[in-house]
Amino acid sequence: MWGKKEIPKEVIEIHDLRYKDLKAGGKAKEHMANQANAGRTVWRNRRWASLIIVNLLFVVSFQFDLQLVEGSLTASRFIGFHMADPFAAMQVALAFGQVILNLVIGTLTVVFLYLIVGGRAFCSWVCPYHLVSELTEKIHLALVKKRIIKNHPFNIKTKYWLWGVFLAIALITGYTAFEMLSPMGILSRAMIYGPGIGLLWVLFLLLVEIFYSRRVWCRNICPIGVTYRFIGIFSLTKVVYDLSGCHHDGACRSACLVPHVLEFTKPGKATSLQDNFVGGDCTNCGMCVDICPTDSLKFDIRYVNKLF
Amino acid sequence: MAKNITKKVKQKTISRRSFNRGVILTLATLSAAGAGFYPISSPQAKNYLRPPGAVPEAEFLASCIKCGQCVQTCPVEAIELAFLDDGFGVGTAYIDARNQACDFSCDALQCILACPTGALDHKIEKPEQVLMGLAELTHPDRCLAIKNQGFKGHIRGEDFGGLLRYMEVDRWNPQLMRDHPVDREICDVCQLLCPIKGAITMEQKNNEDGSSYWTPVVHSTCTGCGVCEMVCPVEEAAIEIIPWKKWQETESKDGKESDHVG
Repeated sequence: MWGKKEIPKEVIEIHDLRYKDLKAGGKAKEHMANQANAGRTVWRNRRWASLIIVNLLFVVSFQFDLQLVEGSLTASRFIGFHMADPFAAMQVALAFGQVILNLVIGTLTVVFLYLIVGGRAFCSWVCPYHLVSELTEKIHLALVKKRIIKNHPFNIKTKYWLWGVFLAIALITGYTAFEMLSPMGILSRAMIYGPGIGLLWVLFLLLVEIFYSRRVWCRNICPIGVTYRFIGIFSLTKVVYDLSGCHHDGACRSACLVPHVLEFTKPGKATSLQDNFVGGDCTNCGMCVDICPTDSLKFDIRYVNKLF
Repeated sequence: MAKNITKKVKQKTISRRSFNRGVILTLATLSAAGAGFYPISSPQAKNYLRPPGAVPEAEFLASCIKCGQCVQTCPVEAIELAFLDDGFGVGTAYIDARNQACDFSCDALQCILACPTGALDHKIEKPEQVLMGLAELTHPDRCLAIKNQGFKGHIRGEDFGGLLRYMEVDRWNPQLMRDHPVDREICDVCQLLCPIKGAITMEQKNNEDGSSYWTPVVHSTCTGCGVCEMVCPVEEAAIEIIPWKKWQETESKDGKESDHVG
């Protein structure tokens, strides 16, 4: 109890009301059927546009020698500015034992950028694997719904172990071993420089995700996501939850890639009326914002919003 | 009370199972990664010719971030990226010299300047400082000069897409080799098109029976750029680059010929 922020009285009152409501099988249950925003795809459309435009920029820039973005998603130069994938850069630094200034500049630029737009925003707004994985997820969900297959969720902490182990491998063996598995790197290079057999590995991952474990790569494995997750803890742009209008339908959590960041949408969990910000694992994909029937979830810019 | 205990036990089992499955997933991922060690360590591992300025192979694998900025900046598109069958070498830059060699037509070594990680060493500033490997007449039996033959026509055929800088034609834009046929009485194409002055010379040698022949001789200024391998006009190149090879290795004891001949 000590040291914890006190939960405001009004929040407790709302929780009490909702609890009674739920017990009576009342309002909240009624609203289960409320699917006012079920098909809304505003943020998804923006996000897909970003995914396609960013990746296309790399391809077009090389094909037509525009020199707008050079390189691929592991490291690039955007109109002259160095950019580097923080996890790839960390692996190189540990494996190589030398740090080149350009790589530091590129990494810091990327860290700074995602401190503003939200850590794992990289995942859902830039990473090409996220897009294909998101599409094949629909097949997975359809198969689960028809009870043809079962989802096998894994421990959400697995990704931290792998993150540490891959960095340790880089330090000890001198190989950037994760880059071999990274579907992000493989897809990015395949689009820009032409396809290779790495695509078979990506296909294998997709099949595992379809038939065995929903979005297992993004949820439980990818250390690139973990790195951005750490950035995300401090980042400005975040989904914020307003308790007052919520009916606890749970639509947001079922749409979410990382539903544990939406714990506070469960009855009795929110600790604040309007300042419930999601945790670092959130990819800012906006699916919850789209689907929320009561518009209780919104994008907000932390700290900065208080200035106005 | 009893209900509470069973609930607790149940929760514990679930968390233990979840932990175990996490371990399995971790091990599965790591063993998939472990497979990447084989292609680079097996005896059949490809001995790639790395781009100019590349640090030694082990360090190159450690430092190449697999972004391809060197690929994009190269004016003759000599650099390619390795695929997944190279394991940990996936996405690393290499040059297939026979297909398209580095002809230094950028002068300033653009690939080195583009490299964000130092996998291509920024200390290398001039083509003459580059040491990617060393040219070697690996198949003297294929060499036209040694057979006392000339060469006339399109080097590597009329369909070959290789690019090369012809200083006297256009200093700034590499030309298609097929647009510049040659006519040599005794074939000396490698020496003729070598971008490093004096790296290859044609020398006359004597047969045991007293007759003489011409042969290309590689000198210490060779950078291993691979142009000679690309332009060698016979079906399969007589002269090849031995990646990473340094000049000292050729000058073995008592000035004897190197035994690197393949």
